[in-house]
Amino acid sequence: MAEQKRFEFLEHTADVYIAAYGRDLAEAFENAALAMFDVMTEVATIAPVVKDIVEVAAEDEYALLYSWLEALLVKFDIEDMLYSKFKILDLQKTGEEFMLKAEIWGEKFNPQKHTPKVGVKAVTYHMMEIVKETDNVTLKFILDI
Amino acid sequence: MEEGEGRHPTEKVPLEKIDEYTWRIPKYKPGMRVPGIVFANKELLEKMQNDRTLQQCTNVAHLPGIYKHAITLPDGHEGYGFPIGGVAATDYNEGVISPGGVGYDINCGVRLLTTNLSEQDIRPKLAELTGVIFDNVPSGLGSRRKDFKVTIHDLDSLVMEGVQWVIDKGLGWSEDAEHCEEQGCMKNADLDKVSTTAKNRGLTQIGTLGSGNHFLEIQKVDKIYDSEIAKIFGIEHEDQVTTMIHCGSRGFGHQICSDYLRVMERAVHKYNISLPDRELACAPGNSKEAEEYYQAMACAVNYAFANRQTIMHWVRQSFQQAFKTDPEKFGLKLVYDVAHNIAKIENHKVNGEQRKVWIHRKGATRAFPPNHPEIPSDYSVAGQPVLIPGSMGTSSWLLVGTEKSMQLSFGSTAHGAGRMLSRSAAKRRFWGGDVKKALEQRGIVVKSASSVVLAEEADPAYKSVDMVADVSDKVGIATKIARFVPLAVVKG
Repeated sequence: MAEQKRFEFLEHTADVYIAAYGRDLAEAFENAALAMFDVMTEVATIAPVVKDIVEVAAEDEYALLYSWLEALLVKFDIEDMLYSKFKILDLQKTGEEFMLKAEIWGEKFNPQKHTPKVGVKAVTYHMMEIVKETDNVTLKFILDI
Repeated sequence: MEEGEGRHPTEKVPLEKIDEYTWRIPKYKPGMRVPGIVFANKELLEKMQNDRTLQQCTNVAHLPGIYKHAITLPDGHEGYGFPIGGVAATDYNEGVISPGGVGYDINCGVRLLTTNLSEQDIRPKLAELTGVIFDNVPSGLGSRRKDFKVTIHDLDSLVMEGVQWVIDKGLGWSEDAEHCEEQGCMKNADLDKVSTTAKNRGLTQIGTLGSGNHFLEIQKVDKIYDSEIAKIFGIEHEDQVTTMIHCGSRGFGHQICSDYLRVMERAVHKYNISLPDRELACAPGNSKEAEEYYQAMACAVNYAFANRQTIMHWVRQSFQQAFKTDPEKFGLKLVYDVAHNIAKIENHKVNGEQRKVWIHRKGATRAFPPNHPEIPSDYSVAGQPVLIPGSMGTSSWLLVGTEKSMQLSFGSTAHGAGRMLSRSAAKRRFWGGDVKKALEQRGIVVKSASSVVLAEEADPAYKSVDMVADVSDKVGIATKIARFVPLAVVKG
C-alpha cells in the first residue's frame, strides 16, 4: 500500500467505490471526506477559507463513518458548501456510543471556479470495510451517485 | 489498482434454464422461501454473472412473506441489498417492506412528451432550443433556479398533492396529472414522518435534474412497432419529435431512504428477522416502522412527480422561448410519467388467489395490462405506457403493459440499460470531450454541466437498451410500441 496515497477509486459497476487510507482511524476519516468531495469537484480548487465544526455520534465505527460523510454531504446539499481540509479533533467511544468532532474548512460552491463532476446521492453501507493494521487504517465504502 | 481488485468474491449461483429468456434459481439455500426467476438472454445473463446480481436475487428470495419468486429483470445489475432491475412481492400482513427494495432515489422515473413537429421542423432551431432548455432546467452539481423557491409550508402541500400542487401553481396543464402513475400523487404521504434534514435537502433541490445518469433529451421517433397503440399514446409517425425527462426525488428521497434504513436496522433486531444480508433491512408489513416508512416514501414519490412536472413546464416554456410561439401549438402533451423505484400496496393473483401485497419495484417499471383500473381512461384499451430510457446517445423505448406481466412479474418490466462498465473504467477509456464530439458527429446536440459525467455516462459503459426492450417483449411482460433516438441531450 503506497503510504503517500490518501485515497483511491476502486472498481464498481454502478457507483463510486472508494478506499481511504490513514495512519490512524482519524486520518482515514479525513481522507474519506476528501475523497467524497473529489467525486463532486476538483478538491484542489476548494480554498479552505471558511471554518466549521461537525459533530456526529453513532452506534459503531461503521455507522460513524456513514454519519460523518452524510453530515458533510448534507452541508453541500443545504448550504452549498464544499470542503477540502478536515481535522478530526476527537474520535472516541464514550459509553455505548462512538463520537467524532472535527474542524472542516472549505468555501461556497461556485460552478465557475469548482468544475462540477458528479453529484453524490447518498453514502451507503454497501461493501463498507474498516481494516485496522498496526500503523495504518483502510476504509472502503460506496457512494451512491 | 487492477480491474476487479477489491471486489467481494462472487459465488456461483445455480441456474436452471426454463426457456431462451427465462432462468430459475432453485431453492438451493435452506433459508430461501421461494426460487429466483431471471428474465434475460444469454448475453445479459453473462453480464449479471460478472457481479453480485444473482446472489442478491437469491438473498431477496429469503425475505419473510415473499410470494412466488424473487424476480430479476433483463437489465438487472448489482445494487444496494436488492439488485437494480428487480421485483419482490411480499404478503401485506405476513411479509416485510424494505427501503433497499426501493432504492435511494425514490421514484426515480421518466416522463415522455410528444410534439407535432418533425425532425426537419426542429433542426434549424435545435441548438438554440437545447441551449434554452439547459439554461431553464437546472442540471448538474448544485445547480438551481433563483426564481423558484419552495418554503417549508409549500413543501407540506407539495408532498401531499404531488403533481397537482405544481399545476395549481401555474406550472402545467390541468390534464397532466391524469397521465402520471398514481395521477402524480400517492395518497398516504405524511411529512411528519420525514426528518428535518430530509426536508432541508428537499427545499433546495425541487425543480432540478441532478447529475449522473439523469438526463433530458429531445428525441425523435425512430421506429413504430404497433401504430394503432402508438396513436393512442400520441405517437403518430416516424421522425416525430418527442422529449424525455429522467430524474427523481433528489436529496429529499435519498435522505428519507438513508433515515429509514437506520430505522429498519433496528426493526430487524426488534422483530427478530433473520436476513442473509443486513442491506435487506426491513420491517414487518403490519408494524409501525413499515407504516411510517411507507408514508415517508410516499412524500418522496410525490416530490419526484412534482419535480418532473416542474421540469416539464420549463421545457414547454423553452419551446415557447426558442420558437416564439405558444407551446400548445406544438402539442407538447404528456404521454405518461412512470416510477422506476417504488413500493406499492397492490392486489395480485398468487396460486389462483387474490393477495394484498407489498410490491417492491427497484429499477423496474409497472406494466399494467389494458382495462386495468389504475391506468388513465384514454389508455384503457391500449394498456399502461412503459418508458425505458437508454443511456446517453442511445435509443429509448415506449412499450405497453400486458396481461402476461401480471402473471409473470407482478405487473412489472425492465427500466433501463443497466451499467456494465464501472465509472472509473469508463473515465480511463473515454474522455468527456471525445464523447461529446462523437455524439455531435452523429448530429446530436450535447449540453452538459460536467465533462466527467459525459465520460462516465459514455454509451459503451451500458448494456444495450434495445436488448433489454427486446427480452421484455419476447418474454411478454411488455410489448414494444416505439423506439426513440436522441436529437439533443442535456446532462447534469
